[in-house]
Amino acid sequence: MNRYLGQRVGFTLLGGLTFIVVAPILLVVGVIVVNGLGALSWEFLTAMPREGMKAGGIFPAIVGTLLLTLGTALVAIPLGIGGAIYLAEYARETWFTRAIRLAIINLAGIPSVVYGLFGLGMFVLFSQFGTSIVAGSLTLALMTLPIIISASEEALRAVPTEFRTVNASLGGTHWQGIRQVVLPQALPGIITGVILGLLRAAGETAPILFTVAAFYLPRLPQSPFDQTMALPYHLYVISTQVPGMPLQIQYGTALVLLTLALALNLCATLIRSYFRKRRQW
Amino acid sequence: MSQRTHWSEFFISAVIRVIGFSTIGFVGLIFFFLLQQGAPVLGEVPLNNFFGAQWYPTYNLYGILPLLLGSMMVTLAAIVLALPLGVATAVFVREIAPGWAREILKPLIEVLAGIPSVVLGFFGMTLLAPFVRETLHVPTGLTAFTGALLLAYMALPTIVSVAEDALDAVPKSYRDAALAMGATQWQTIWRVVVPAARSGILTAIMLGMGRAIGETMAVLMVTGNAARMPTTLNSLFLPARTMTATIAAEMGEVAQGSTHYHVLFAIGILLFVLTFFINLAAAPAIFEKRRRGGLR
Repeated sequence: MNRYLGQRVGFTLLGGLTFIVVAPILLVVGVIVVNGLGALSWEFLTAMPREGMKAGGIFPAIVGTLLLTLGTALVAIPLGIGGAIYLAEYARETWFTRAIRLAIINLAGIPSVVYGLFGLGMFVLFSQFGTSIVAGSLTLALMTLPIIISASEEALRAVPTEFRTVNASLGGTHWQGIRQVVLPQALPGIITGVILGLLRAAGETAPILFTVAAFYLPRLPQSPFDQTMALPYHLYVISTQVPGMPLQIQYGTALVLLTLALALNLCATLIRSYFRKRRQW
Repeated sequence: MSQRTHWSEFFISAVIRVIGFSTIGFVGLIFFFLLQQGAPVLGEVPLNNFFGAQWYPTYNLYGILPLLLGSMMVTLAAIVLALPLGVATAVFVREIAPGWAREILKPLIEVLAGIPSVVLGFFGMTLLAPFVRETLHVPTGLTAFTGALLLAYMALPTIVSVAEDALDAVPKSYRDAALAMGATQWQTIWRVVVPAARSGILTAIMLGMGRAIGETMAVLMVTGNAARMPTTLNSLFLPARTMTATIAAEMGEVAQGSTHYHVLFAIGILLFVLTFFINLAAAPAIFEKRRRGGLR
């Protein structure tokens, strides 16, 4: 019987350790929600910052983050899905394909601040986009690419081979099969991957530090080659660079950013579980 | 088949191939532009200065050793904290927890992966740092340890999910055999399942380390950013400064093309190379997982 007592103690211990892992997650979310709610108002979300950001709203930062995410999506989605289609439907298992996979694994592992350096070197200076939404979006897109490729490839591979065989037996070409049979089946998985990738891009600060971000710019960007404020960078600025910043505004900004991230996360989870239940194969 | 379909088919295949090949090009491009901006450092800073122990850019002292050791200290401490927690959580979620608990725990850990690092850094500054200062009775809460604590939690989602995949891949027959021999579930887990999954758990550590060493914002906000050599035992509880934080904090203030600017790019090259090898070490296991079809 002693063995089972030991097992009970062991299981309780593992449960306790798991609790240590998840409890702080709830704590972080809870603290930011409770302290941030007081700052939220229509004005906070839709007004320009005033008095050196100590009053007014965070509208330009919200718009900036949405624009950057949109720019990232425009570049990363076609490249990401194209790359995934190549790996799942075209590539044979050669050394070259292995090299591509290795490249993707390494892209995923490059530190975000190094992406920032690269963006500065290639997009801001070499391509002469200047510190702009374009330069930042391209930098973020490259960082997002491996996430979208891996998730989409996985979704494509999950579609059973029979779908492709039937397409071929009905006289469909390779691309027709991909476009009309495989892609629609894999779409929920691809969308989930895209959302998770964009979520990462929307929340990152380091890659936009030297490529887009404006410290204090109380107007909306005028063109894609304009600088812009962005939520993550704004939170960094007001919590470290501005002395005497009201804590409530900091919490409010953190809450808006957190809400954006969690909402995207929730979307991805819902899409995944909804289609997993409905899937017929 | 009409001529038109034939041509569009050819065109689309070509486009997709080019996109597929371009991923290698991207890694090359990144390395090229880092080199282009960082290479002049070779002619500007003598090696014994560059690998020296003093980082005082205003006095032309560009010793990266305190930054390198700072990064290593914070990363290792984070992994030491995260590894037992991560493996325990993976085992609990995969082997022990009832279905309903799993349905709650897994999305919750995904939430952690989705919290932007600057938000965690903000939390670390405003609440964690004062907490560390008071509980450990240290002069400031902005220490290497505070950074390691945050980093541990940021690495946890990676460690848990990779370790869980590894446990998942252990054949059911192993478990059945152990249980049939009269082992308890506890004994089966620790003497059969976890040892069988150890290569996957090693991958989890590697990827978690890669994540931790490259993390920037949270570390920048909570480690206090003092570039000192961690030579004494209490260094973990004193301010420290990592390579990533140095780049993020100083790049905005340096003149383009100055020596300091080139040195920051050189640190970027070092980070690129470090994470490249960490991921290279983890890559075979990731390939293996894909071949088994164990991707989730």
